Amino acid sequence: MIKDQEFLKSKASYCLDLAKKMGATDVSVTVGHTISETVNFRNKNLEASDRSDGLALSIETYIDKKRSSITSSNLIDENIKTLVEKCYETTKITPEDEFNSLPDKNLLAQKIKNLDLYDQTRFENEKKINYLNELEKAASEPEKIINTESSFTENKTNFILANSDGFCDGWKKSSFTASSVTVAKDENSMERDYAYTSCRHLVDIKEASELGKIAAAQTIKKLSPKKIGSEKINLIFDKKIAKGMLTAFAGAISASAISRGTSFLKDKINQQVFSKMINVVDKPDIVKGIGSKYFDTEGVNSETLNLVEDGLLKNYLIDTYNGKKLNLQSNGRSGGTTNLYFENGNISFEELLKNSSKSLYITETIGHGSNLVTGDYSVGAAGYLIENGEFKYPVNEITIAGNFKDMFKNIILANDLEFEYSVNSPTMMIEGMTVAGK
Amino acid sequence: MSNFFNKSDLTRQDTDKIVSETLKNCDDGELYLEESKSESILLDDNKIKSSNYSSDLGFGFRAISDEVVAYSYSNEISKDSLISSSENLKSTLKSIKGTYNHEIPKTNKKLYEDINPIEQKTLNSKIEVLNKVNDFLRKKDGSVKQVTASFAGEQKSIEIIRSGGESLTDVRPLIRFNVSVMLEKNGRKETGVYGIGGRQSYDDYLKNDNWKNVCEEALRIASVNLESKPAPAGEMKVVLGPGWPAILIHEAIGHGLEGDFNRKKTSAFHNLMGQKVASEGVTIVDDGTIDNRRGSLTIDDEGTPTERTVLIENGILKGFMQDRHNARLMNTKSTGSGRRENYRHVVLPRMRNTMMLSGNQTQDEMIKSVDKGIFAVSFGGGQVDITSGKFVFNCTEAYEINNGKIGSPIKGATLIGDGPSILREVSMVGNDMMMDPGIGTCGKAGQGVPVGVAQPSILIDKMTVGGTKL
Repeated sequence: MIKDQEFLKSKASYCLDLAKKMGATDVSVTVGHTISETVNFRNKNLEASDRSDGLALSIETYIDKKRSSITSSNLIDENIKTLVEKCYETTKITPEDEFNSLPDKNLLAQKIKNLDLYDQTRFENEKKINYLNELEKAASEPEKIINTESSFTENKTNFILANSDGFCDGWKKSSFTASSVTVAKDENSMERDYAYTSCRHLVDIKEASELGKIAAAQTIKKLSPKKIGSEKINLIFDKKIAKGMLTAFAGAISASAISRGTSFLKDKINQQVFSKMINVVDKPDIVKGIGSKYFDTEGVNSETLNLVEDGLLKNYLIDTYNGKKLNLQSNGRSGGTTNLYFENGNISFEELLKNSSKSLYITETIGHGSNLVTGDYSVGAAGYLIENGEFKYPVNEITIAGNFKDMFKNIILANDLEFEYSVNSPTMMIEGMTVAGK
Repeated sequence: MSNFFNKSDLTRQDTDKIVSETLKNCDDGELYLEESKSESILLDDNKIKSSNYSSDLGFGFRAISDEVVAYSYSNEISKDSLISSSENLKSTLKSIKGTYNHEIPKTNKKLYEDINPIEQKTLNSKIEVLNKVNDFLRKKDGSVKQVTASFAGEQKSIEIIRSGGESLTDVRPLIRFNVSVMLEKNGRKETGVYGIGGRQSYDDYLKNDNWKNVCEEALRIASVNLESKPAPAGEMKVVLGPGWPAILIHEAIGHGLEGDFNRKKTSAFHNLMGQKVASEGVTIVDDGTIDNRRGSLTIDDEGTPTERTVLIENGILKGFMQDRHNARLMNTKSTGSGRRENYRHVVLPRMRNTMMLSGNQTQDEMIKSVDKGIFAVSFGGGQVDITSGKFVFNCTEAYEINNGKIGSPIKGATLIGDGPSILREVSMVGNDMMMDPGIGTCGKAGQGVPVGVAQPSILIDKMTVGGTKL
């Protein structure tokens, strides 16, 4: 059973009282509990089951402008006492930082809406096994599939954030995630691909056989890839890759990167960073949303932010510390974005494919080739060559490269946005990037 | 050494009984207990930005029958908690039978000392070093606009209890010191990063003002990058420098030679044992036995002493890296490669220190032989698709080579290649093998573990460089 709010609150207030008694001027405590159960299948047989049940505690103590923190998984009172003492003693000798402080009281959240983030349904391991049986049956049906692996994870979390200004709140959330990984083989090659589904409520999970079929079909389509020559070409990014552009963008507009001067988007507020057609939104209050939050990791109220309007950069992602440094108010983004997405473009997926006589459709990138200081981007990739709107053949062992500053201004979006993850994008085209191949 | 039984209602006797009873019909399994203490201190933007201390305690209970692995963990060490884990394992394996194999080889060697690096140096003196780093770099070069420096230290104590009461223990220190510097000149910004570390005390790494060398190296890399031009795009010759660039070996072939992917036949290498997979003169080992190295372990996380495993000998594929589970199913022995991030995770076969051994050519000869290509000296991270064999890594310091001479520095670019064929493109192996400075962390299935790499300079005849200049 997941621990209730009362238990977590009692642990949090024990820590708060202890630290205050020792002499801390401010304190912030997070106590969380997570239970997670996973069943794994391989080649239509049960391969592993995994159950985890874990508590986590983190405490930040302040002595005026000095701050230090500890984390632990051991919530026995005696251990907490030792740790709070250690934290307090460390704080004493940590140098002052004028920007250290708890969030401004008037910004703290008051929960009103119900976002329906918790489904108490318990999906017994037997039922997970049935789901995976069905999934694996569908995934392994095509002859070219030589290996299947799949998993089902049920996750339940509860937490309380409390601080010495009287804030004390938290919420329960659940997630159900299933994934299918398949390996296909033909005379020329062996390829692997995956599909997954994740939701807050069990009823919303994708049909098992559908998930298996998607993974198998995608994998088979990748067989016998060719390497193409090096050239400048229009790239079309599959939704699952296109959303990565948003993740990079979010990293570059975090108040921490801005205040440290380590972002290519520093000092770009109200400037054109995307083409005029582009709007980027971060919306915390989507019902059942994977990224939905009532407040950020400091307790600050999070409201919908229009990060980019008509291509103009409108907001950074601001937490208390970096906000104070930049002389800006926190907008409830300590811990990052919530549900982040590009608004739809105005052409269909098919029209996007036909937009140029020859383009490369990217379904996979590999490597960590995003430099947020300079904006330089270079990653390994795989996908399909597209001519006149039709998929011609799979392509592998190539790299794609450019600079975000140019790439962002050359984005064209389709109108096929769906809310499947915490970051979502329609299919995306970027004109004139460099492909390196043969 | 941690005593896991003195602060709970769980006695050693009860534990032995529950472990033996749970595992009696299994092929393998163990109770893994772990206590870790870690700290991180970060200087950033002229200030001590954070000082964090963390303590973690818990157990992971594993039962294996044939191919099925049941695993349960908890961070509450108590009789109730262990019994509930035991019930959970038994419910997964209810209809299955196996024969328990007790045998685990023993070792008397210790590859590092039983120290707690965190407590060997006061917080004040660590903060003092970080402040010195900041002042040193900002004074040394007016174009320094940002300095980040950090210490990370850890002591991890583990105990493995097997059916029948057998117990194996290890205490593992680990530290890391890192410096990152950003320069700005004529409107351009570039960063340079360098770090050192291993399984010794902070002062072993910081003696003789060694922190200055780390600063200078980070600064040098950033300065080189300020002058960098767009990288070329396309297939060309690549000379790799010695040491850290061996992450190419780690990504290109290391992961593909881990036992699990080969048992499941999802690795591009699974049917290549005994075959020629690399040029003559290429020998690669994975060695967990080098004193004090970041990737070294006295015993692995299943209790098996680590060893030096030959993977490729003179171009021929000779061995895979194995944990007990995959070794048993493939009718071979564990190579002491069973590792996990912590008690929350199952054991997987993993790399330790992966090394290509020296040949007899010089770096000079390699560069002179290249008409058009690049010379890659330092890298960020890498990644591999085990099944297709395609791997990438990102240059953080690289130069053009034109007509046998090193030219301008080039911007960070991704290099991509094919694991099973890349080592056949190695046409020269240098005589200058070097270990990396002790900074690597390898990720697999969501678990990070510390690893090392080593190699001499090598010449690769054909690789795709992912720049923007056609």
